[in-house]
Amino acid sequence: MSVTTDNWEQVQATARQVLGEEVVAFIGLCRDEPNPESQLIAVLHKVQAQYGYLAAAHLDAVAQLMQIPAAKVSGVASFYHYFRLQPRGRFVINVCMGTACYVKGADRVAQKLMDELGIRFGETSTDGVFTLESSRCLGTCGLAPVMMVDNQVHPEVTPDQVPLILEKYLDVARRESQAESGA
Amino acid sequence: MGTVQDRYKELAASAEQIRREKFENAPILIQVGSATCEHAAGSREVLDEFRKHVAASGRDDIILHQTGCTGRCSREPIVGIFMPGQLPIKYERVDRELVHQIFTGHIQKNTPILARVLDGPVDRVYDFELLCCGSHRCGWREGTELESALPGLLQEAGVDLQRVKIARASCFGACSAATEKTCSHILVKPQKTLYRVCSSDDLREIIREHIQGGRVVERLRVGGKTIGRKFFEIYGDVAFFNRQTRVALRHNGVVDPTSIAEYFHYRGFQALARVLDQGDSAWVIDQVTASRLRGRGGGGFPTGKKWAMAAAASEKTRYIVCNADEGDPGAFMDRSMLESDPFNVVEGMILGGFAIGAHRGFFYVRAEYPLAIERIQNAIGECRKQGLLGKNILGSGFDFDLEVRLGAGAFVCGEETALIHSIEGERGQPRIRPPYPTESGLWGKPTVINNVETFANITAVINYGPEWFSQIGTKASGGTKVFALAGKIKHTGLVEVPMGMTLRELIFEIGGGVIGGKRIKAVQTGGPAGGCIPEEMLDLPIDFDSLTQAGSIMGSGGMIVLDEDDCMVDVAKFFMAFSQDESCGKCTPCREGTTRMLEILERITSGQGTLEDIAKLERLARLVKKSSLCGLGRAAPNPVLSTLNHFRDEYLAHVTDRRCPARKCAALIHYEIDEEKCVGCTVCARNCPVACISGSRREPHVIDQSRCIKCGRCFEVCRFDAVVRT
Repeated sequence: MSVTTDNWEQVQATARQVLGEEVVAFIGLCRDEPNPESQLIAVLHKVQAQYGYLAAAHLDAVAQLMQIPAAKVSGVASFYHYFRLQPRGRFVINVCMGTACYVKGADRVAQKLMDELGIRFGETSTDGVFTLESSRCLGTCGLAPVMMVDNQVHPEVTPDQVPLILEKYLDVARRESQAESGA
Repeated sequence: MGTVQDRYKELAASAEQIRREKFENAPILIQVGSATCEHAAGSREVLDEFRKHVAASGRDDIILHQTGCTGRCSREPIVGIFMPGQLPIKYERVDRELVHQIFTGHIQKNTPILARVLDGPVDRVYDFELLCCGSHRCGWREGTELESALPGLLQEAGVDLQRVKIARASCFGACSAATEKTCSHILVKPQKTLYRVCSSDDLREIIREHIQGGRVVERLRVGGKTIGRKFFEIYGDVAFFNRQTRVALRHNGVVDPTSIAEYFHYRGFQALARVLDQGDSAWVIDQVTASRLRGRGGGGFPTGKKWAMAAAASEKTRYIVCNADEGDPGAFMDRSMLESDPFNVVEGMILGGFAIGAHRGFFYVRAEYPLAIERIQNAIGECRKQGLLGKNILGSGFDFDLEVRLGAGAFVCGEETALIHSIEGERGQPRIRPPYPTESGLWGKPTVINNVETFANITAVINYGPEWFSQIGTKASGGTKVFALAGKIKHTGLVEVPMGMTLRELIFEIGGGVIGGKRIKAVQTGGPAGGCIPEEMLDLPIDFDSLTQAGSIMGSGGMIVLDEDDCMVDVAKFFMAFSQDESCGKCTPCREGTTRMLEILERITSGQGTLEDIAKLERLARLVKKSSLCGLGRAAPNPVLSTLNHFRDEYLAHVTDRRCPARKCAALIHYEIDEEKCVGCTVCARNCPVACISGSRREPHVIDQSRCIKCGRCFEVCRFDAVVRT
């Protein structure tokens, strides 16, 4: 990749601060491969995996370091559903709204989650514990309806089970915050 | 013999050595599935529990074997127990408690837990299982069917019928031109002997020698590794499996998806070695063309033709891409193949790369499939270690390498030009074709894009020959198709059937029919791009052309069964909401058309629709179908058009009678309590989320209609059928 900016040193220093060593190293590796700009989506995946979402500062740093126009980086980040531009809660709840789940009552599970958490799809609960999202299809249609909390799939969920499932994760969050304040 | 074959034999031999060491000293095998569905159902806990039991027992003759997914989603986790000399037994919905029972009962004391057997309970374990070929190509000519001839012959020989189970399988893939139409096949388990039988005398000999004498009849035995056989050896006792024809899924639930050694055992990389040894790329394309394999992603374009187009391009830098961006809601075929048999897909891609002269290939996988990504990456890594990817593969001089590229949740990226943009790191927006990707694709170079299932079939075409492959299926489409059965069907899961099987056979014989004894209303195939096929058309044979004629499409293989409780207008609205949300916004017909169609559908389902709305909807649907830029837009109206075509009366009921016949659309239904039936148990009042039900204990209750949100909770919880839904 050709470098067109005259403040390359500064770009790299900022990127290290904003993105962390790992992502910067990955972009460095991409630069040695053919068509490095094609790794933009992979880079954004890495940033999101590390920080949970893509902040404006992240996108900026990626654009600078990969020498891709900022407009294109934010265009890509906002095009794909998988990328989040807002911070998310400790746990991300993903309700599958695929066909199989839908005909088996996923809408009622989703409604129950919204009632319990007091938020809608795409929002984060005020305590910062849960972010509620919907997915097109999690590909586990045989177990419909399903919801996924982080990477844990909960099969054949009924609205009645929702409070119990939430309670389990709230417990984890509570213990974590206790451990944190204890330490 | 060339160096390629020598190198291959060396690798295969050392792989076999590793495999043998693993299995040799452990005659008892416990097989546990491991894929996303299985994990969700708790298979990891089951595996752990078995591990603890084995360790605690101190036995060293038991091996734990992890395999991919068999496709029986609703019964997972599934555990198979293999004891020497006995029929394999599979258990369904295994939990910790059952693990304990299986270990202490079945393994330690040899008394299987009959109540928990897959698709059970069963009343006994048989000594033998005779699996008869039921394929239409099998030419049994004795008047009665093979499976109905057997009981008489067994009795005649004095065999207790209680000891022998007779079942019918779909196809063992053992037929050849020489035996076609004259002979049939029969698999005798647990010895796993496949016989070719041509007359009742052959059957008598097998009964006398094998069943009664315990000696294999060498004269009738079919040797070699026929396709899918291992699968039937393990799973052939259950109708769900033995009515299938497993080609693309032949290793699913058989091999450990993380072990290259196990893949080698099932003819792994044999096709690659043969092709690289011959060094003739045109031959590969000829084989694929002759097999009549058509693209399994839904389009149905002949694969051989696509490859030939790319191979003929004047530009020499070419790419090959595996489209694993399985975005259709209700489809999980690709995920299962990548998770359960990744090496097969990798080998298919290397073969494709060689055929078209590409040196770089890409797996474009959805980011939503973390386990599939992990397994593919593992497979690529293992292949590199063995010199099956990278420079000078098997010493043939052919260089080829693979990379995984992740999608990021955009349905439109399943469209090939959008997918190309996404791999290039752009927004996944489609462009006008031509030029087709085979001419100008990734970075402007000729690019072949095939679906996962297409690649999974390539090794079978090379290993078993195009004649054999094209025999399966219909005249226009060779081979099989994998479907993801879901919705209101008894046995949800993954099935592979020959093209030409009817929808009714698939849904009722394999899928077990509709759950709860309800009536089937329609089948939705092809996801948001497909349509609904009504019950009266279920005798349609499954292939690309007949499904298109019925107003739906084959699609990538999602198949959702809808019953009388599903409102077809609501289903159309569901898919329209999907297409509207996923429309990339580049072309106006799709962007605006899907939005307006969704608005009309929302009006109709909320009871505000008019007859004019239906006319507008239909006109708009045809317009969007004709004028959109890419496949997503052109197919988006299909669910609307097919439901308007087959279920117009439901649309009319919504607008003229203000009634939802399936009682699904909330705005058009209404709940009331029948005073006669209500006993005043207060359950409904306590469960009502808005507290709009009043009444005292032991007195009939009343719903305040002005506050009712029509959630249906009271209807569900009432045990006296006193809540009436109209």
